[in-house]
Amino acid sequence: MAMVDEPLYPIAILIDELKNDDIQLRLNSIRRLSTIARALGEDRTRKELIPFLSENNDDDDEVLLAMAEELGSFIPHVGGVEHAHVLLPPLETLCTVEETVVRDKAVESLCKIGSQMKERDVVDWFIPLVKRLGAGEWFTARVSACGLFHIAYPSAPDLLRAELRSVYNQLCHDDMPMVRRSAGLNLGKFAATVEPANLKSDIMTFFKDLTQDDQDSVRLLSVEGCAALGKLLEPADCITNILPVIVSFSQDKSWRVRYMVANQLYELCEAVGPEPTRTELVPAYVRLLRDNEAEVRIAAAGKVTKFCGIISAQSAIQHILPCVKDLSTDSSQHVRAALASVIMGMAPLLGKEATIDQLLPIFLELLKDEFPDVRLNIISKLDQVNKVIGIDLLSQSLLPAIVELAGDKHWRVRLAIIEYIPLLASQLGVDFFDDKLGTLCMQWLGDKVYSIREAAANNLKRLAEEFGPEWAMQHIIPQVLEMINNPHYLYRMTVLSAISMLAPVVGAEVTCQTMLPVVINAAKDRVPNIKFNVAKMLQSMIPIVDSTVVDQTIRPCLMELNEDPDVDVRFFANQALLACEQVMCA
Amino acid sequence: MAQVASVASFGSSGQLTLGYNKLNSLWGIHLVRRTSRTLRSSSCRKFDYLKSLEIEEKINKIRWCQTANGARFLLSTNDKTIKLWKVSEKKLKNVSNLNVDPSVRHGNGNLVGSSPVQSPKGYAPPRSINGGAVRRTLPPISSDFVFPPGGIPSLHLPTVWSHETALVARCRRVYANAHAYHINSISNNSDCETYISADDLRINLWNLEVSDQSFNIVDIKPVNMEDLTEVITSAEFHPSHCNMLAYSSSKGTIRLIDMRQSALCDRHAKLFEEQEAPGSRSFFTEIIASISDIKFARGGRYILSRDYMTLKLWDVNMEAAPVATFKVHEYLRPKLCDLYENDSIFDKFECCLSGDGQRVATGSYSNLFRVFGAVPGSEEASTLEASKSPNRRLVQTPTKSGNRLFNVRGGDSPGSEINGGQYDFTSKLLHLAWHPVANVIACAASNSLYMYYA
Repeated sequence: MAMVDEPLYPIAILIDELKNDDIQLRLNSIRRLSTIARALGEDRTRKELIPFLSENNDDDDEVLLAMAEELGSFIPHVGGVEHAHVLLPPLETLCTVEETVVRDKAVESLCKIGSQMKERDVVDWFIPLVKRLGAGEWFTARVSACGLFHIAYPSAPDLLRAELRSVYNQLCHDDMPMVRRSAGLNLGKFAATVEPANLKSDIMTFFKDLTQDDQDSVRLLSVEGCAALGKLLEPADCITNILPVIVSFSQDKSWRVRYMVANQLYELCEAVGPEPTRTELVPAYVRLLRDNEAEVRIAAAGKVTKFCGIISAQSAIQHILPCVKDLSTDSSQHVRAALASVIMGMAPLLGKEATIDQLLPIFLELLKDEFPDVRLNIISKLDQVNKVIGIDLLSQSLLPAIVELAGDKHWRVRLAIIEYIPLLASQLGVDFFDDKLGTLCMQWLGDKVYSIREAAANNLKRLAEEFGPEWAMQHIIPQVLEMINNPHYLYRMTVLSAISMLAPVVGAEVTCQTMLPVVINAAKDRVPNIKFNVAKMLQSMIPIVDSTVVDQTIRPCLMELNEDPDVDVRFFANQALLACEQVMCA
Repeated sequence: MAQVASVASFGSSGQLTLGYNKLNSLWGIHLVRRTSRTLRSSSCRKFDYLKSLEIEEKINKIRWCQTANGARFLLSTNDKTIKLWKVSEKKLKNVSNLNVDPSVRHGNGNLVGSSPVQSPKGYAPPRSINGGAVRRTLPPISSDFVFPPGGIPSLHLPTVWSHETALVARCRRVYANAHAYHINSISNNSDCETYISADDLRINLWNLEVSDQSFNIVDIKPVNMEDLTEVITSAEFHPSHCNMLAYSSSKGTIRLIDMRQSALCDRHAKLFEEQEAPGSRSFFTEIIASISDIKFARGGRYILSRDYMTLKLWDVNMEAAPVATFKVHEYLRPKLCDLYENDSIFDKFECCLSGDGQRVATGSYSNLFRVFGAVPGSEEASTLEASKSPNRRLVQTPTKSGNRLFNVRGGDSPGSEINGGQYDFTSKLLHLAWHPVANVIACAASNSLYMYYA
């Protein structure tokens, strides 16, 4: 066995480990394939490394995935674009493996390489590869082939183009539904490269066949194709070819297809233009909003703002708003939650008057919903309405909703509302906040659930940032410091963490005057957990406060903690002391 | 303790698997190549920590998936967990001609050279005691190292050669924690993308590629479990319509549901139920009405169902009554009481159809199974025995005397006497599968698999 020179040793190991028994080592080697290629040089990379990789493709999926990814940016390592074709064989085999993520990555890399290749090389190497995959024995190859046509087609001469189109046609009618799905999914990309004449004839025929497929999964993927193809076609062609498809999809027997339409209708509107939207698609959308399947209504309700954005305010009020009213009392809570998450965005679109007349009652209704998610979704988007009508009209209903959410028995709900408090505070203003919400914020510090107490501490910090240190000094800090006398140590810990969060916001002076004494006092706590948290906190305060304070107050306290019987306390005190030293030296 | 076959299944191109409990292993027999081999014996005893229940080591159902790249895929399920397996031939590889001799690979003071060398020239990575690879620090390539433009001639790629192939089965995905009750069936959708799994009260829809979520499509669990009157016993997708599936219940009904109508398919599209003849009701009526297995037949136009006493063929377009009823072991009717006593009455017999849909088959006791002609007008009805006897030829029962029994019997079959009125309830033939194209039936009786060529 040859011994390897010292500087080459790591590379030698890297190469050897391409075939190690341990998958982690193989993965590591594959990830650094470019280093190996540089060590072997361009010539030997082409002649040895790439064939080696092509032959050794019987590996774990993770390794294959990494290989597919690395090869995508390997052109410089094989000697530039003129040699790019040597990379195709290993990727071609990766296109046929049964793991979808590996195949997708291989296709992506092939596209990346193919788009850099010279036109003649594409004809000589890439197009034959596409044809081979398209006629592959197993469906995996054919699925991959569909994603390569848009790279191959532009470089192909006329005769070859006709052939490629016929191969794609076969793929659209493949026996395997997964191949048809892939053909449907990639049709938009392929269509974008096809000349207009063939687009109208061939591609539209493929499309029509896919939209009439027996398999729901194929049909629902072609919904996306509607928007993509619609953008490529002339408006007139779009109306004759795409619009009827959309309308019939919106009444498809399968709720999954209708669900897809509901999700994408607003994009389809852009494709067909304003007039057909008004005459055809608004009625279709109204039907979807009134669909008898809740999943479809959820999707439709979630897009109501986007849809109103592309139609006139008048037609939104006339056609969509009545449906929205009905949805706000829908029997499915998920429909109401989806509506609540977007409905606030309708206010700027409809203008002040319509918002007050029509939307406000709906908001108020939803704020009283029995399902907390609905209320939360309304509250989270408050800023959008505030801009249009101001907060006053809502504030009376807001408060009970907030108070109720704040005391909800599910802690996740409480957590969610805490996270919106800074937003609410900025919308409602200091006065309203002080009156109504201040006590709530303190109440959360004493919650039974740790996550709530933690969020509450963080909330105080954000409030202090919002309203300024002075306000914090008056309204937050005294109450927080008072809680340090809580008999339970976990609550005392919360106070400490609140102090550590507030300290950077309120500045050195307030910290030293009011908060530091409390912390120093807590160092005498009987619970070690408190004590080492004090040590940690003092360490975090060092950069904030004056060096004299560090020297006179913090350091003596830490010295004391450093003598503590508890090992953890000593450890953190020691850490903090080291930090002290560093600050002193600097 | 003997292994007992718990499931048998034919794949689309004629490959066959058989699941055993106890060892939780699968046997695969490839009929095309006439070789047989054990695929795996895997997985130790499992435990559901949430329910403090021991999960029985038994494969309840096996379904074949789409093949790709010469590898076969199958779904198997035990009571709680579904697994996707890949069975393929893998080349065993040897690596040699490494750059650094593994035995001298401790140059930088790392304790890596102490590992045993596995293959003659390749080396095994160092293993720590718990089996994981020891994290070793590879010396970094120094930052001022300049790669010469032509590469470094002294470095080379290792040589790999393969000397033999082995059949390898690997678990690709595990779909767990979705069922609160025991899974009784799994079935692939014709879209090759999804499948369903059914337990006693719910049916879930999965995507084959997504193992961490599934959608509940049927839920018959009553709010109050005391109101429970029926459970799901079997479920199957339509062979070509991706939106249709059928499930059977312990009350003897079959429901056909259309997944296009709604996301939650608690309402059925069609209900197949036979009105019981008045006056025939007895204590056992409800028990023996329970359907143990259903299969779509002839492209999905018919549904075959097996209840305790009969095999029924339903036309999908006729809900009121089956188009044909085949009596499997009518002679047991007077014995229902005994069968109830020894719990045999709860045995779940499977049923199957020939590839052309012309015949149907199902199992019985004493290692017998019965084959019936399923085309209108056919009176074919034969009884066969699964045994090792050399005289295991299929013998056609004269068509007019369809009720004569026991006309096929191996001489040395243990445990039962001919015409002695003694039925061997322990040797029951629950699982059988018909080859999709050839006229071959595979029957799993106790610990053996029998093949019948018609």
